Amino acid sequence: MNTDEILKNIQQKFGSDVLDVFKKSETRAIISIKPGSLLRIVDYCFKDMDLRFIIATANHTKKGFEILYHFSYDNNGLIVNLHVILPVEKPEINSLANMMSGANWIEREMHELYGIVFLNHPEPEKLISEGNWAEGVYPYRRDFK
Amino acid sequence: MVKKTLIPVGPYHPLQEEPELFKLYCEGEIVKDIKWETGYNHRGIEQLSEKKTYDQSFFLVERICGICSTSHPFAFANAVEEIVGVEIPDRAKYIRSIIGELERIHSHLLWVGLAGHFLGYNTVFMWAWKYREPILDLFEMISGNRNSYAMFKVGGVRRDIENAKIPTIKKTLEQFKKKNDLLTGAVMDDPVIHARTKGVGVLTKQDIIDYAAVGPTARASGIAIDVRKDDPYAAYPLVNWKVITAEKGDVFAKAEVRLLEMYESISIIEQCLEGLKKEKEGETEVKVKEIPAGWGTGHAEAPRGEVFHYVLSDGSNSPARHKIRAPSYTNIATFKKSCIGQTISDATISLAAVDPCYCCTERMAVAYDSKTGEKIMNGNELIALSANKTHELKNK
Repeated sequence: MNTDEILKNIQQKFGSDVLDVFKKSETRAIISIKPGSLLRIVDYCFKDMDLRFIIATANHTKKGFEILYHFSYDNNGLIVNLHVILPVEKPEINSLANMMSGANWIEREMHELYGIVFLNHPEPEKLISEGNWAEGVYPYRRDFK
Repeated sequence: MVKKTLIPVGPYHPLQEEPELFKLYCEGEIVKDIKWETGYNHRGIEQLSEKKTYDQSFFLVERICGICSTSHPFAFANAVEEIVGVEIPDRAKYIRSIIGELERIHSHLLWVGLAGHFLGYNTVFMWAWKYREPILDLFEMISGNRNSYAMFKVGGVRRDIENAKIPTIKKTLEQFKKKNDLLTGAVMDDPVIHARTKGVGVLTKQDIIDYAAVGPTARASGIAIDVRKDDPYAAYPLVNWKVITAEKGDVFAKAEVRLLEMYESISIIEQCLEGLKKEKEGETEVKVKEIPAGWGTGHAEAPRGEVFHYVLSDGSNSPARHKIRAPSYTNIATFKKSCIGQTISDATISLAAVDPCYCCTERMAVAYDSKTGEKIMNGNELIALSANKTHELKNK
């Protein structure tokens, strides 16, 4: 599969769940999706298209909490970034950790740093703030006032 | 009811990105469960980087890892240069690859030495670390430092490798190659090392995919992923080399991959040195005046696997968001697969096999957990267990 085929496959299969596809170069692309469709789209990318999960990046912006799920297609060096935006009032999204263990730690880390809730996480224990951080304090949240 | 013994491994590992604590829950000799804790020394580097200029961030990310100190600047440079859209001069590409491969050699040697130490094979430890010294001397000659070389910047490299230095580098590598033959022979042909590492800490292909493991850990399980080949950067597309893989996924396979990779690294460096001769001295960078708004994802193949950097730029002189993922972050998690069901003495080498550099198992003077009454073994006892098993095998 080449880059165009991968992007087209995702777009065709998930139709209205895909909000935008931006191909930056032959090896870099970003796909904005609806948060509710994350599990289905990742399931297709991970299991059917053999994309490798690299990591996820959370960011607090004026629009809300953005998460970029970075995937790689190692046959041609493509990095696909799945992009979701979660509202600040209710930052909740399904956990990927039941599908792939590689997402276990990063989701716990994002929860501790940003306060994003990952629903149905198989091991919702503290990862980096064990024992010595205050509850409900999320150090990577920004102040936009 | 069988009483579980708690064996803590950690929390301080100076050879790793961060200190961390593994709690091995054992029944008798067998490891039944593992829990992992970190955050003892959370340095907040991602946020620190957002408060520094791009040039300063290079020095910061270089200090994420003390061993593979160039792998983070490598990935960061790839990410920022992707935002700028700049192509660096070929001479800079060759220099970057030379530094990257020299680092791979010294990092792999360090691992082979430590693995030998954990197995009670201090001869391997002494050899490997002795052979590592001339490589570090090369770094000192090239950059002025044995580690943290400060060679990278946006648009190229800070220092040239003058053509006059090329014969010294070549001669050192030739000498090293002979020594590496000895070392590789000593490890690959030793029946006791075979007995201690074959079939131990096995990771299947499916485990690797599930845990998103990278680098030699993945390649030892037959998954041929290597950023240098898959998404070529620096001088890697300009030289000939092959990705080393093994099929078994055990500790021996991981050692085999690392030992053979060093030969590929030597070959890459030799070809890069030939390439350097063809390029004009001093042409090591293009001037980058500003970083436009945008995002870049850069990755590089560190000795332990893929280092990944995501950089978001708002057009100012520092990153708006900088996400860093070191290879150990995904590789360490595979312990759940490789250690559970193993004996304690094999768990030591299984933990070490993904190269988390687990040499410092101190701060474990407590004999019993006061709350649960669980017995706690200390680090020296743990290493002694592993060493004893080797001695017993030798004496058979």
